[in-house]
Amino acid sequence: MTDDLRPGAHGTDEQRRGNLSRTSGQVPARRVRALAARLWRGLAGELVRRLAGAAVSLFAVCVTGFFLFRVLPGDPVRTMTRGAPLDGPALAQLRHQFGLDRPLPAQFGSYLARLAHGDLGLSYQYRQPVAELIAAHLWPTVLLVGTSTLIAAALGLRLGVRCGGRPGGLADRLHTGAALALWSVPTFWLGLLLIGALAVGVGPLPGLFPTGGMDSGTDWGPGAAGGFAGVLDTANHMVLPCATLVAVGYAQFLLVMRSSLVEERTAEHLLTARATGLTERQVLHRHAVPNALLPTVTLVCVNLGEVVAGSILVETVFSWPGLGSLFYEALRVPDLPLIQGLFLVFAASVILANLLADLAYPLLDPRVRRPARAEDAPAEVAPAEVAAAGGPGAAARVPELAGGTDR
Amino acid sequence: MTQLPLPAPPSGAAAEPRLTATPTPGRRTGALGRLWAAYRRERAGLAGLTVLVLIAAAALAAPLLTGGRSALSVVDAPGLPLSPPSWRFPLGTDPYGRSELALLAWGARVSLAVGLLATVLCVAIGTALGVLAGHLGGRTASVVMRVTDWFLVMPTLVLAIALTAVLSHSLATVVLAIAVTSWPRTARLVRAQTLAVEGRPYLERARALGAGHLHLTARHILPAVAPLVLAQSTLTVAGAILTESTLDFLGLGDPSSVSWGGMLQDARQAGAVSAGQWWTVLPPGLAIAVVALGFTLCGRAVEAALDPRRAGGEAR
Repeated sequence: MTDDLRPGAHGTDEQRRGNLSRTSGQVPARRVRALAARLWRGLAGELVRRLAGAAVSLFAVCVTGFFLFRVLPGDPVRTMTRGAPLDGPALAQLRHQFGLDRPLPAQFGSYLARLAHGDLGLSYQYRQPVAELIAAHLWPTVLLVGTSTLIAAALGLRLGVRCGGRPGGLADRLHTGAALALWSVPTFWLGLLLIGALAVGVGPLPGLFPTGGMDSGTDWGPGAAGGFAGVLDTANHMVLPCATLVAVGYAQFLLVMRSSLVEERTAEHLLTARATGLTERQVLHRHAVPNALLPTVTLVCVNLGEVVAGSILVETVFSWPGLGSLFYEALRVPDLPLIQGLFLVFAASVILANLLADLAYPLLDPRVRRPARAEDAPAEVAPAEVAAAGGPGAAARVPELAGGTDR
Repeated sequence: MTQLPLPAPPSGAAAEPRLTATPTPGRRTGALGRLWAAYRRERAGLAGLTVLVLIAAAALAAPLLTGGRSALSVVDAPGLPLSPPSWRFPLGTDPYGRSELALLAWGARVSLAVGLLATVLCVAIGTALGVLAGHLGGRTASVVMRVTDWFLVMPTLVLAIALTAVLSHSLATVVLAIAVTSWPRTARLVRAQTLAVEGRPYLERARALGAGHLHLTARHILPAVAPLVLAQSTLTVAGAILTESTLDFLGLGDPSSVSWGGMLQDARQAGAVSAGQWWTVLPPGLAIAVVALGFTLCGRAVEAALDPRRAGGEAR
């Protein structure tokens, strides 16, 4: 992009000097191109800034990961050998094997060096490299979280448009109420209820869906049944965990979509759109929704990272063989290297998702593309804040609140 | 500003004696009155407030209602394990034979106490750092905001779980874990609001009259930020209570106290879900949901009541 823009921008300056009195039609086009070039440079700087920020965050997470888990009271080797009476030398050898006999700074140094090579250490519990364990359990989680996030976003956004289109109407009150109620429900409890009602069956009604694991085979991973039958089997097992995640998660999409649409409804360009004779429905869908969609894009990205971590509960309740159950199992032992590795993975996924949101935002919203001034612009506060608050629009109202509190 | 985030906005001057020291005492009590008047128009908020008051009353009266701590004893439990609801045990008994209803009342104490304490701590940290960053600006602000951003990207639940896993299992740990993971939102919000207030002429006037940082923050910035903090902290309580029940459910809470999340964990481990023993599963989860919803409704109502555009009567 820079390659075909720069000559254009260069030419613009030369020609402008010589041909100020020429036909006025070309000048705006060149100005636009020059502006685009400047914008691109601004964006590139922004990109570098964001990437650096994400890298710093990642490093900080690594440091936290190390020190957090070295505070743990208790001797991991004792935990590991519980039930197996070992004498002093054997214990010392195990300690040496896991590097626990060295001073903290030395442990930290080798931890960083190994981390750089993708080595997350050896699990106490499984006696396998943590990285391998995580890789083996990654896909079930991605499948579950990806599917449920897509469904939750589609459902939440659709309902949010309906609610925001006629705020205060019957549909609005019903949907907002239902979403708030479902949002207040603890994830694990909803999962238990669904198991009780739909997997076990209530009274004379039989259970509808299977639960426990990802397929009817006994082993983790791709099931005994291959091909289409296997896919169907996995899909069948996914219904309940997916439904749980969607039910708990769609509320924030609905609430953010709704509140940003309500804000957008009073915008002046909608008045213009109405004046051109568009129906209220067309105005809503062509002019209000695209703008209102922006904060939700951020939310989808940020939410993705948060849901990966949030799936711990759902996976535990449904014995879904993903990272979440792995984390839960590791907590029981406690399997220090595994917890630490998963902590890093979860935190890294949130950081990556945030980075994605930061990068996607200026591409989608031209109004944010203004360079610098990032410190105080409300646009900077809004995306992260809306996502952080999880919805109910506290942040979106900050500028308005500012006008109202010091009457 | 470590004001307890109780959802009931005081309606009279007597409830805010601290403010009588300000030069114009009537102004702020008047503002509180107006807030309460606006809040009263929010039906959902009033419903949430009523439910919360009832549950808080039940939690306070738990020792009276259930006949003291003996109701929690696992050793000589009054009933048979997992018996269905009866006259003696209106909600049946848990896997140890204790009355579910009594446990619910005792669990409310833990949930509310942890939720409120964690919120107070979270709001205190968040407000202090937010005001600091917003008011002082410059290098202090960028350092504070960098730390905040860093905490913001940490997955809340994972960090809370990791903290409770490495520290000893007690209520204090749970409170600490929740507060440490949830303050950044408050800090960002408070900073944004402080920045908005910073540019106001009355602050410039106060500065010209020789006001120091302490006076500016205590007398001008904090009062301007307080309403927003109130709304935000009410919403934070809901999240804190959910996190608390989650940690208890994962077995990371205080093993010696009865909590709603712990009750669900007991029921799950006893196989009550697949055995269809609904009375051990439904009530605790419902209680968590009702309390969380109550705080969410209150928070939204406070937010709506503070919204200046609502004065004209535009629909939500």
